[in-house]
Amino acid sequence: MMTFTEIKKSFLTSLWFMFLTFPIMVIRVNTIEKQVIWRWENMWYVGIGSFLLSFVWRYFLRRKERGNNHANEHIANMSSSIQRIFSRRRYKIPAMVAAAMTVAVFPFVMNSYQTNIMITALMYVMLGLGLNIVVGLAGLLDLGYVAFYAVGAYTYGLLNHHFGIGFWTVLPLGGALGALFGVLLGFPVLRLRGDYLAIVTLGFGEIIRLILENWNEFSYGPSGIAHISKPSLFGIKLSFSGEITYMYFLMIGMVCFTIFVVNRLQNSRIGRAWIALREDEVACQAMGIDKTRTKLTAFALGATWAGMAGVIFAAKTTFINPASFTFMESAMILSIVVLGGMGSIPGVIIAALFLILLPEYLRAFSDYRMLLFGAIMVIMMVFRPQGIIATVRRNYNFKKAEN
Amino acid sequence: MADPLLNVQNLTMDFGGLRALDHVNIDIQQNEIIALIGPNGAGKTTFFNCITGIYTPTGGDILITAPLRSGAASKTERINGLKPNQVTEKGMARTFQNIRLFPNMTVLENVMIGRHCRTRSGILGAVLRNHTMVREEQAVVDASYQILEKIGLSRFVNDLAKNLPYGAQRRLEIARALATEPFLLLLDEPAAGMNPHETLELDTLITRIRNEEKVSILLIEHDMKLVMSLSDRIFVMDYGKKIAQGTPEEIRNNPMVIKAYLGEECDVES
Repeated sequence: MMTFTEIKKSFLTSLWFMFLTFPIMVIRVNTIEKQVIWRWENMWYVGIGSFLLSFVWRYFLRRKERGNNHANEHIANMSSSIQRIFSRRRYKIPAMVAAAMTVAVFPFVMNSYQTNIMITALMYVMLGLGLNIVVGLAGLLDLGYVAFYAVGAYTYGLLNHHFGIGFWTVLPLGGALGALFGVLLGFPVLRLRGDYLAIVTLGFGEIIRLILENWNEFSYGPSGIAHISKPSLFGIKLSFSGEITYMYFLMIGMVCFTIFVVNRLQNSRIGRAWIALREDEVACQAMGIDKTRTKLTAFALGATWAGMAGVIFAAKTTFINPASFTFMESAMILSIVVLGGMGSIPGVIIAALFLILLPEYLRAFSDYRMLLFGAIMVIMMVFRPQGIIATVRRNYNFKKAEN
Repeated sequence: MADPLLNVQNLTMDFGGLRALDHVNIDIQQNEIIALIGPNGAGKTTFFNCITGIYTPTGGDILITAPLRSGAASKTERINGLKPNQVTEKGMARTFQNIRLFPNMTVLENVMIGRHCRTRSGILGAVLRNHTMVREEQAVVDASYQILEKIGLSRFVNDLAKNLPYGAQRRLEIARALATEPFLLLLDEPAAGMNPHETLELDTLITRIRNEEKVSILLIEHDMKLVMSLSDRIFVMDYGKKIAQGTPEEIRNNPMVIKAYLGEECDVES
């Protein structure tokens, strides 16, 4: 099946790469001694490397193309059988128990650094699940999601700074303000979709960030707000590591709450309307779904989670400034949703943990982190565009008509 | 005679300088199957889009008199400028010329979407999953399944809509429209792309819907055999104007219609 033409194509690719990288990989000019060093061996490395890579790439691509009747089905069968196993009571309960045990023991086994990055990862799980409502379910590409995160964070930061209001009061308030801003953004973009929507939301995210950066009297500008109080636990004074453990369990609780709500929404009348909106806007409206209302609820509910995550972020770091809410964050959250699989809750959780924890553990290769990140993205999109765990449509129980 | 279900008076639609519909008058009585025919570009789909709220017509009136379930006559309403979802809520559901299903939802879910405007549970109900909401949800599932059984799609119930054969997709569109409990069903070229056998099935299906569900039907169609066998009355359009109306027999022999379809002075037959 690997024919001569395949080898020829890979060979040509490697020649092309050798040519392209020639100036940077082979020639080195030593300006001090005015010497030109020819590093011919590098050319061979590039050639052999690119030949092998292109060969492997081609091989997998071919397998995937043929796979529509073969290999892919195998993968699909595999993932669906995994899901089937987990949907069985016998396996589901032990798996759940094992997961719960791991989660419960984690902060006591691992050191505070590990727990801290886990808290961050869980925050992104929450953000990912929130954005999943907007992008994954309702199909509205939102590139400015971080704006709602910032709204939540500054709600807590400012209220705490000026009035000393506690975390637990502000948490629902941050969610509500996030929702309000979601609706504010939702109104002007009701008529837009696809690329145009993406551009407008991108602009919205930047507006919020720029306001926070420049309106010194309101948000203290780039210097941010410091000494935000940590969440309280019935007035008990906690030690440093105790605080981290508390934060960890708080975050676990929030994530569970998010999963619970998003899961229920997804399988409800509203969730179905969102998916219908994503699938075909015109047909959706013709079937009696109020497009305006459905879009606004999607924006508002998505933003609610970002708002709450923002409050938690402010409480965790005790310091916020606009630099935490750049477009990079939006892109990260969006990558989580896309990599995990649009509309799939387990997919988003896995992708969030993967994308946030991996860079932390790859500190040794910190120079190449972004390179690796990009490569994973490209490979995923080519070989598994539906995401890590694709959504499976639910089957319903129904009464058959009695004949 | 009772008020017509749908009474369209002098409907006019301009796109800039182009008059796509020119004072069209159409009326539909209860339990009628009406066909709207005409050469390509005659304005049939524009007519559909106007009365279902996708376009707001530039002139004329669209009046509907929804029959009450008790059988008593209800008020006549003018529905110009309503949004498509409001028109559907009033009781006029449509299908599309090029199939517009929700491809990545299951067949059952597609029909369940049609029940959306007849159900009420909101965000709070969805999250708390209280008794009312659970019951409503189950009622939606059951009702949707029954519609699928009636249309003959129950064996596809958990398949994705995009994986259905073409004819079944067309029928699913009808099932979805029926789920909105319409009094008038608007079918835009339901037989397009179907083979003769499927067309025959469609013929019986449409008659059955009219007889069993008491739903009136307005359809755009090019398949003359289907039109002639199904319709009670036919309206013919050309260049945005209604050029003829009558029973299939009258239309078949109407010189205006023959001219519109075959051009001036056909000497072929002589």
